[in-house]
Amino acid sequence: MCLGIPGKIIRLYDLDGTAMANVDFGGVQQEVCVAAVPGVQLGQYVIVHAGFALNMLSEEEAQETMRLLKEIAEFNQAEEKGESAI
Amino acid sequence: MTEHTYPNLQGPVCPLPLQPGPQIVIGHGSGGGMTHDLIVNVFQKYLGNAILNAGNDSARLNGGLAAPPGFQLVISTDAHVVFPLFFPGGDIGRLSVCGTVNDVAMLGAEPRYLTASFILEEGFSIGELESVLASMREACAEAGVSIIAADTKVTEKGKSDKLFISTTGIGWAPNDRAVSGNQAQPGDAVLISGPLGNHGIAVLQARGNLGFQSDVQSDTAPLNHLTQGLCAAFPDVHVLRDPTRGGLATTLVEIAAQSGVTIQLDEKEIPIDTPVRSACDLLGLDPLYLANEGKVIVILPEETAEAALQYMRGQKYGEVARRIGTVVSRSSGQLLLRTALGTTRILDMLAGEMLPRIC
Amino acid sequence: MSLSSSELFRSAELTRLLAGEIRQAVTRPWNIMEICGGQTHAILQYGLDQLLPPEITLIHGPGCPVCVTSLEAIENALQIAHLPEVIFTSFGDMLRVPGAKANLFSARAEGADVRVVYSPLDAVKLARENPQKQVVFFAIGFETTVPSIAASVLHAERNQITNFSILPANVLVPPAMHAILQSPDNRVNAFLAAGHVCAVMGYWEYEAIAARYRAPIVVTGFEPVDLLRGILMTVRQLESGRFVVENAYSRAVTREGNLAAQEMIKQVFEPVDRQWRGIGIIPLSGLGLRPRYADFNALQRFPLTRQSPMESPLCIAGQVLRGNATPHDCPAFGRECTPASPLGAPMVSSEGACSAYYRYQRVKA
Repeated sequence: MCLGIPGKIIRLYDLDGTAMANVDFGGVQQEVCVAAVPGVQLGQYVIVHAGFALNMLSEEEAQETMRLLKEIAEFNQAEEKGESAI
Repeated sequence: MTEHTYPNLQGPVCPLPLQPGPQIVIGHGSGGGMTHDLIVNVFQKYLGNAILNAGNDSARLNGGLAAPPGFQLVISTDAHVVFPLFFPGGDIGRLSVCGTVNDVAMLGAEPRYLTASFILEEGFSIGELESVLASMREACAEAGVSIIAADTKVTEKGKSDKLFISTTGIGWAPNDRAVSGNQAQPGDAVLISGPLGNHGIAVLQARGNLGFQSDVQSDTAPLNHLTQGLCAAFPDVHVLRDPTRGGLATTLVEIAAQSGVTIQLDEKEIPIDTPVRSACDLLGLDPLYLANEGKVIVILPEETAEAALQYMRGQKYGEVARRIGTVVSRSSGQLLLRTALGTTRILDMLAGEMLPRIC
Repeated sequence: MSLSSSELFRSAELTRLLAGEIRQAVTRPWNIMEICGGQTHAILQYGLDQLLPPEITLIHGPGCPVCVTSLEAIENALQIAHLPEVIFTSFGDMLRVPGAKANLFSARAEGADVRVVYSPLDAVKLARENPQKQVVFFAIGFETTVPSIAASVLHAERNQITNFSILPANVLVPPAMHAILQSPDNRVNAFLAAGHVCAVMGYWEYEAIAARYRAPIVVTGFEPVDLLRGILMTVRQLESGRFVVENAYSRAVTREGNLAAQEMIKQVFEPVDRQWRGIGIIPLSGLGLRPRYADFNALQRFPLTRQSPMESPLCIAGQVLRGNATPHDCPAFGRECTPASPLGAPMVSSEGACSAYYRYQRVKA
């Protein structure tokens, strides 16, 4: 139920009343229904499952997640060097 | 060829020569005038050579088929039923020639002659047949082989699927060349000549029902020059095999079982082009199980692995050769994959057809 | 947007780091269930369970719609597929799932026109291109897949494509969680919630479940880093006695979810009771077509005989799906039941628990 991968919107169009997009996934393109992400813009990223965009991907949240993980990494390194916990 | 304007009389009972049309009809398979015309004007036009054009039902080769002193005969046969017939980077014609050339080459032999038999479906386009034959001619020229015997039959519409090709390949290998699937030894290195999965993805894309586009091309290619050069330069090559149906994983499982060894692959080292990986991510396919038609697995002693890689990288079709694993031990036959995360899992043969998944 | 790329979230370094954090955090045994075939697949493909301390047991729940689609639905699918005017379309996963005797693959071999589609909209396209045929789509899947199916019904209605219908078999996650946690022999302490189900539905529905059963629920993604982060957050809750819903997949999931997608679902579908293979009927755990769209129901469009199909007596899929047995506990596992000749659905789908165990973990058997 869950195979969904991020792709980039490279073209938006209408197919008989249904909102569609051409989405690029690292060199592979697919026609994807974007009816569930109204207002999506060219260049934005969406999660695609079975030819359907489930949701938009948030750049800020992705960066925040990475930042949190980096924090863990730095904290770990500090611990290994014997520094006291913050 | 005289032009007639007879009504469209077809079938095995009518002896009258018909106006040639763009499609195969049942009469083409009757063995009579229409068949003769098809052979002379279509098949021989593309595949013709002195032997084939002699017009006999079988081939007599000057000097015979016997291997020269110090060599033994290697023979292989295969049928090709690929759908669709044409895909990015190749077609059934190129596939059939290269597939059989490679089968012979994988035993360390030099392929010399092919036979080809064609089953045509009533209604199949002669224009498409000509494209396929042109492709075969090109592949034969590249591989340095010739088709010395051929046959064609026609089935009623619906009793076959456009075009099936069956090929047999004949070649010679030196007597002392012991390249075979059961020769892998613990300690050997496992090499691959290039990236995996391209043919599988190109064919899936051409089928059109999975709705994706990419620039991925089939890698269909004749590998005999590469393998011949490799075996001559490195006489201690143990195994050569092309990872066709079932992909790298299935092929290595077979070799591991034949040789009675455990092979361990290093996932980080397995080359896969980015669009192939993306297509696999998108459809839920595993690139290790996709077909390849222009790649060779080479298993040889550790000591010569680096030199062999350098050699391959200087040859056509081996430019991005990589070492992907090691034969680690004797066993009843097992294939392991060490993932990029350092964990290990067992790789099995492909069970049935690999289907795109939504989970 | 390189940060959204899968590569970063497959980082070996970050994965190892998180595994270390989990090892440090854990002091007691815990059972964590994921109800998502995609997560099961990823865990086993990357061997993530090998990175976890022995105290953590990952239980692979009924998260593969292929595995939980009822035998009756499959028998109906086979009946419909054999009708001469029908082109039967389905996701690839379903083709090898065994009914009582046959599956869609063997039906195709017997002459039924069965075709794999990647998207439900492709089935509508087929209907448009084949006006003299009836195109039926096998509507399986969890909430992740439902919006695309709703969209295909709406598209067909909008364009008067009347030769298209669906065989409704979709299922919902929260009722399954209730059913598992309510069961007297429940062993599950916490859940990883399916990331893409939550991308559609949000995670507010899980708050009541976490509170009622005192079970932490962490919305988790699918790459190794996402999965281990989800597991780490779950373990930290378990160790500290907390039981709330947290979001470890925030780049794709918000608490409310995708409202436009939910609207489409609500417009076309309504909750109905549904039979889960190996588990039984879970109330209001499935989706059926609303009266306005009843015409699109293949079960009403075609004359079908009622079936009472029987499962193989050897198959313990139900217990495996509920987490009360592992495939290794099954006497048929690896013997009568293999991926090449499956007795039950969890051996068919590549992330059914049994198939996953067979392919990835046989060394422990």
